[in-house]
Amino acid sequence: MASLSHKDLLGIEQLSVEDIQLILDTAEALREVAARPVKKVPTLRGKTVVNLFFEPSTRTRSSFELAEKRLSADILNFSASTSSVTKGETLLDTAHNLEAMSPDIIVIRHQSAGAPHLLGRECRASIVNAGDGMHEHPTQALLDGLTVRTIKGRLDGLKVAIIGDVAHSRVVRSDTILFSRMGADVWVCGPPTLLPWEFEKLGARTTPHMEEAMDGADVIMMLRVQHERQNEAFFPSAREYASLYGLTRERMRSAKKGAIVMHPGPINRGVEIESEVADADYSVILNQVSNGVAARMAVLYLLSGNSGLEP
Amino acid sequence: MGKTGDKTRSKVQGKVVMTASEIDLVLARIAAEILERLGPGEDFAVVGIRRCGVHLAQRLCRKVEATRRRAVPLGILDITLYRDDLTAAGGNRPTLRETRIDFDVNDRSLILVDDVLFTGRTIRAALDGLVDLGRPKRVQLAVLVDRGHRELPIQADYVGKVVQTEASDDVDVRLAEEGQAEGVFIKGASKNLADKASPQVEKRSLLRQTSIFDQGAT
Repeated sequence: MASLSHKDLLGIEQLSVEDIQLILDTAEALREVAARPVKKVPTLRGKTVVNLFFEPSTRTRSSFELAEKRLSADILNFSASTSSVTKGETLLDTAHNLEAMSPDIIVIRHQSAGAPHLLGRECRASIVNAGDGMHEHPTQALLDGLTVRTIKGRLDGLKVAIIGDVAHSRVVRSDTILFSRMGADVWVCGPPTLLPWEFEKLGARTTPHMEEAMDGADVIMMLRVQHERQNEAFFPSAREYASLYGLTRERMRSAKKGAIVMHPGPINRGVEIESEVADADYSVILNQVSNGVAARMAVLYLLSGNSGLEP
Repeated sequence: MGKTGDKTRSKVQGKVVMTASEIDLVLARIAAEILERLGPGEDFAVVGIRRCGVHLAQRLCRKVEATRRRAVPLGILDITLYRDDLTAAGGNRPTLRETRIDFDVNDRSLILVDDVLFTGRTIRAALDGLVDLGRPKRVQLAVLVDRGHRELPIQADYVGKVVQTEASDDVDVRLAEEGQAEGVFIKGASKNLADKASPQVEKRSLLRQTSIFDQGAT
């Protein structure tokens, strides 16, 4: 018997090394379900999962939805564009209304950091953070950890370079905490205007020089340039960004032998990553997508026993 | 564990139901029965239920292969996802492990192997798990120990040994593969185990080396 000691998955921050290992082990066991002719197990039969997405999301949402379906849960989808949020309902009112329908798990993505935490305090259902503002995106970090562990066999002692638009990325926060907690050497790199130095507090080293970050790295993780989150100009042009921080074949030539390239997607071909690099053998971007379903199944499975605990 | 004498050990481990050599004999007999009943041309595979069933399945496989001189595929089944007690609110989730069945189960005979047949709920879950992988030609069940107290209409096709137990007893199968001194032990739940268990052990010794088929034949 093993279990997460938490009712909710709000961030990697709250997870211990043992928690992370348990989730990754469980995800590894669940990966086999995707290879079956009948890609469904009855484990969450009769459980209701609400997907509450206040921000547009295609891949995270469909990944969660597939994970829920493969575990036979009943699913209720709410998205900001179709729900009464647009009619002025507060988040708390939405939560209480949902709670009245007695769901077991609520998966939430929200533009404000801390929204899942608020729900976690108010609801009996287990809350899964599917991304809150620029704060955390724990299931993305878990699938990244699973992908690296599967290929490299371990996480400790690896050098992980995370490069790009660090400031606007919740993925990099969760990834930094997860990889450094698991004993990896995490380097965070980006243009100085997009690189908060506070990352050193999370256990990472920061550098504005891509060569320094990439030197000897076992894992090179490129972040998406989030045009939609940038109201001001953080760099002069996409072309200049690509020449200084884009992952090109040229740069990959000096990379450590056996290094893998990751990207949380969706990729901007030709901006942060060259097309040929994204499609090369060392790119594991599509492994990340399939591992995403397994990691989310693991989280849902492990939390499903904990809903109804005291918030 | 091994340093203590037999008498003190039996208090900790419970009464011995089967010794290591008995387990080996019983598996050899089951292997022979499987070959006899399935016939020489039959294409079959062995599937062990985690955890102990896997080791027993491995041993059965080796014994069958030695006689048959043909490889017999071995699969590993984890039934956790199919348990019927998962919907209970609260509590821990049982640890999940990988199901690894690399061969096609369609139109193949499968021998499902577990250590102890008790309520039958594990086997129910295993059958549900197997049909999700395809449509086997037939599924037969082999167990090392049948301890009774079924809660579902499930019976084994091959039984190592029938053991009479109280529902509250604990039947413990220890295998060398798990790093344990091998044997099958029975522990009573009540405090005065010795008084309660001894008469049962007398009865069991008469049943030694019998199976359902032996009983049916007589």
